[in-house]
Parts: sequence; C-alpha cells; structure tokens
Amino acid sequence: MSKPYNNKAWLFVLPVFVLVAISAIIPLMTVVNYSVQDTFGNNVFYWAGTEWFTEVLHSSRFHDALGRNLLFSAIILTIEIPLGICIALTLPKKGIWVPVCLILMALPLLIPWNVVGTIWQVFGRADIGLLGNTLSKLGVDYNYATNVFDAWATIIVMDVWHWTSLVVLLCYAGLVSIPEAYYQAARIDGASKWKVFRYIQLPKIKRVLLIAVLLRFMDSFMIYTEPFVLTGGGPGNSTTFLSIDLVKTAIGQFDLGPAAAMSIIYFLIVLLLSWVFYTVMENYGAEKQDPRVEQD
Amino acid sequence: MAQITLDRIAHSFNPKPTSEADYALKNIDYQWEDGGAYALLGPSGCGKTTLLNIISGLLTPSNGRVLYDNNDMTLLSPEQRNIAQVFQFPVIYDTMTVAENLAFPLVNRGVERSEIDKRVADMLQTLELADKANRRAQGLTADEKQKISLGRGLVRYDVSAILFDEPLTVIDPHMKWQLRTKLKSLHEQLGHTMIYVTHDQTEALTFADKVVVMLEGNVLQVGTPEELFDNPAHTFVGYFIGSPGMNIFPGTVSGKTLRLGSVDVQLSKGYSNLNGKIEIGIRPEFITLTSADKAGPQGMKFDLESIEDVGRQKIVRGNIEGVTVNVIVSEDSEIPSEPYAIFDAERVCVYQDSFLVSGDS
Repeated sequence: MSKPYNNKAWLFVLPVFVLVAISAIIPLMTVVNYSVQDTFGNNVFYWAGTEWFTEVLHSSRFHDALGRNLLFSAIILTIEIPLGICIALTLPKKGIWVPVCLILMALPLLIPWNVVGTIWQVFGRADIGLLGNTLSKLGVDYNYATNVFDAWATIIVMDVWHWTSLVVLLCYAGLVSIPEAYYQAARIDGASKWKVFRYIQLPKIKRVLLIAVLLRFMDSFMIYTEPFVLTGGGPGNSTTFLSIDLVKTAIGQFDLGPAAAMSIIYFLIVLLLSWVFYTVMENYGAEKQDPRVEQD
Repeated sequence: MAQITLDRIAHSFNPKPTSEADYALKNIDYQWEDGGAYALLGPSGCGKTTLLNIISGLLTPSNGRVLYDNNDMTLLSPEQRNIAQVFQFPVIYDTMTVAENLAFPLVNRGVERSEIDKRVADMLQTLELADKANRRAQGLTADEKQKISLGRGLVRYDVSAILFDEPLTVIDPHMKWQLRTKLKSLHEQLGHTMIYVTHDQTEALTFADKVVVMLEGNVLQVGTPEELFDNPAHTFVGYFIGSPGMNIFPGTVSGKTLRLGSVDVQLSKGYSNLNGKIEIGIRPEFITLTSADKAGPQGMKFDLESIEDVGRQKIVRGNIEGVTVNVIVSEDSEIPSEPYAIFDAERVCVYQDSFLVSGDS
C-alpha cells in the first residue's frame, strides 16, 4: 500500500507559525527596522545603513560590557554545572527524603527575579543586612556598592543560589532514569565510584546536561535584574552587562538606532554561542553511526 | 573457582517480616559444587533472581550465610567474592569501544596491560566480535551488546563463579541457540561454576548438568534433567517440565491398586499410610493408546477431544473418567477410533499434598 503524500500537515503547523510571527518575528523586524535608520522623533526617519552596527562594534563601551558578560557566564557555568551535578549525585534516590529534598531544591526557582535581587540587596547591607552586618562585625570590609570585587561576588552568589537548583533537578532526573542493572554490573566489574560516574552516570545524563548548560548559558548571558537591583550597574561601570548597557542606551539616552543594532548583535552572539555549545557537546566523543542500527 | 554453600538462606524485602508470606526466599540450603553447570528454573517471581543476587553479593540475605569454600562471604561485596554476573538486559558502557568494554573488569582489577590485551583479543575471537573491536559499543545490536555483557564476565579467567540472569531474553531465537552452545563449550573449556537463571525449561535442560526448580521462594527439587523428567518431586515440577507437562489428577491408591473413577490400575509399587490430598502423575509420553480389543483389563476408555500435530509427534488431548489427559504418540502411529489408554505402571507417580511419595517395591 502506498502512503498518500500531500501538504495537509502544513495546516496543523500554521497556528504556531502565526503565533510565533506575532510574538517574535514581527517585534524583531521592528528592531531590524530601527537598526538601519536614524530618527529624531516625530516619526521622521533617515536611512543609516550599517552605520549603527559599525559604531556599536567599534565602541569600547560595547567591548567592555561584552567582556563582562563572557566572564560572568564562564564563572557561572564553571560553578553551577559541577556544583549541580555534585548535589544531584548526593540527593537520595528513594525514601521519604526525596520529596523533601526536591521541594527545598525547587524553592529558589519559584522566587521572582527582582525579589531575589532585593533579598540579597538587603541581606548584604552592612548596616541592617544579616550577611553584610555579620561580615563587618567579623572585620571583613564588605561593601557591594563601592567595591567591584564585592559587587561581582554578590551577583555571582545570588545567581548560584538562585539557579543551581535547576541544574540539580535536571541532572537528578537524568540520574534516576538509569536502570539499576548498570550499577549492579559496575559493582560486578569492580568499578570505582569515579568510574561509575565517568562511564555510566555522566554518559547517561549527557543530554539533560546539555539542556542545563544551554539554559544556564543563555540565562546568565542575559543577566539583568540582579545587577540592576543591586547596584544599577555599578560601582562605576563594573557590573554594567550588555543588557544593562542596552537599556541605558535605549531608554536612558533614547538612542534607538544604536540600541536596536546592539540588540541584534547581542541576539546573534547568544545564538552563536548556544550553537557552539550544542555542537560541541552533541559531538563530543561521538562517531558516525550506522543509520541502520537502532539507537536507544 | 569455588564451591558455594547456601546455609539456611532466607530473604525478605520487607525490613520487618511478620509472616512466611513476607519472604521472597524461604530457608534455602544448598551446595553448588565447584565446576558445575547449574540452572535455576522457575516461573517469574519465584525468587530466582533474588537468590542469584544473594550468591553474587549484590544483596545481603535477611537470614543465613553464604559460604565460598567454607569461608563466610555473607557480608562481602561482589568484588571481594570475585564473581561475574550477566544480567537480563545488556549493560554496556556506551562511551567505550567494544574492546574497552571487555577490558574494563580487568583494568579495574589492575591486571597487566599485555595480559589484558591477550585476553581481550581471545574473547573477541570467541564472541566473533573481532571486526568490531574498535567500534563504539553504543551503536551495536541487542545481541551484540549482550555478547559484550557475557564477554565481560567470561574474560575474567579466575572468577569464583559466573552467574547468568536470563541472559538470552533479548536475543533472537537462532542466536539464542548459538550463544547457549557457546556457553556450554566455554563451560567445558574453562571449568567455571556457572549458575544460569531462566524460566525456559529448554534453556535450563540443555545448559545445565543440574537443574534447581524453584517455586514461591522454595527449592522444590534439584536434579539432572533425567531425574526431573522421570521422578518429579513435586506436582509443579512435573507440570513445569515437559511439553506438555505431566498429567496430574486426583485418584485413590491402596496398596498396589490405583482406582480412577470406575477403573482399577495395577501399579508396580505398593503404597501404604497415605493421607492428605492424593494426586496421580503420569507423563504424556508414558501413556499408550490402543484399540478396545487389545486394551486388556488395564485399559481405560479414552474420550478423544483433539489431536495436535507438533512435527515428529502428535499430542492427543482427551479425558479418562472425566479428567483431562494428554498423550504423546509418534507422528506415524494410528489412533484407534475408540481408543483405550494404558498407563506404563513403572512410570506412575503418586503425590501426597503435592510431594512425591516413594512406594515400597
């Protein structure tokens, strides 16, 4: 029997296309529109071509912010991914403690972003905050408003506290899906704990780990609320990340053209780096498979 | 290699067992001789895998001791017991090549590199995987993966015993036969104690020198395939082994006479002091069908219901005095139009409360 081939399937995809067009593509196109024009308001536009792009790409302000973003994401991934895996490995696999641990882990994820910022802003204040006050009593000169290192440390700790749980939960889901027989076989084969991790657990959680890395990379690269609430990008420009700079350009200075060009470049960087992560992790250690062989 | 003794082993998955029913294994005492090929046979859920895991050390029994060559191993790990075990579903290390998979248990035990290479090369030959040695194990078929799992056990020449937990479940029928033959020849070659768990009687009977039949956490009988066939110690063994299994039906026995409905059959042995539930067992192979004139006084009227041709034999289904009975006859034999059944008196087994009673000759 021959299968009927026609294009009816497109009808089912159409609603999604419409939705995505309205929610993403059309707004994006207006940004593209702004990025190639200059305006002085009153709906008067002048053609600018690639001028804004050239300007943004050559501005040291953009370079500095991009550098901060890359550093921040690198630090976040180096801390949160290994920490998340370690916590997931130590969580109980069965018993009454499972729901307790999972709920405790999920709690930070339920808190809105700006609330997290406010919590830590108060927590870290030297006069009334529990952390800040304790540190100053201990003789540590901690002040996120004036010290660059303190500001960075605070934002990193905030992000780790807020988002490591996501990595933990994803890895935990991957770990509990490994059949018991693998662990039994490893015991029979005399594998050490490290080898069990290296040859069973890590390969089995590879896919969820990829998702975790992508999510944490994208999210940390788009960091905004935490530094905004804490210091508004300071002290100086030390925590002015791309997103903060973008908002300053667009709303603070009302430079719509450069802001639009910057948005597009920002978006393309996130896209490019995500693609790099995806390709590297997906192909890591893989070889060409015989397509006839069934994959599990 | 070692002789393995199970000393009053019982196991419950319930931490506080209160009744007999809480136990997955009930008081098992058995000695596995060094170098033997054993099969643990029983229906799903009878405790075979639990028993196997207790022998290997993956599980610590609630009661009793496990001895290897008279050394108490009850609390030691599989690693310390130096045991190999192959599981029902293939376990392979995805990121390693086939050769690395086979080398893994040896590497973990610090065997010298040259020795590892030699043994792995041998094992690749034996398993006919030499051409795939440097391929990643991930992309292989289920049979090939299971061969690797088997290989990881067999590559360790010095193990105390090799345990198989229904290893051929996922394998294609023709490969099953090949692998089973291979295991058998490896057993002869290496002389390891092998214990093979299965619910498939053909697998058990072809692989093992001795078969251990289990039901509901008890060992019902241990014996060679012939013993299990000729003298099943329990009605379940009779029914479970053989295809179709033993005919089992209620009857009355006094002395050397078996009374079945309105017919008396003479037995070769006498039985006295029988009480409890009495059942009679006779294998379909040991009943002959004949015509009325040749039947004689031992003949019982056989109401024929159906005939199934199963190749070289025919299975005749019918009933005698209201009880259903299967008879196996050779494919070329004629079945009389009004058949009478004759039991081979030597082959009739008598069961009291499901257990075999040995008669007085």
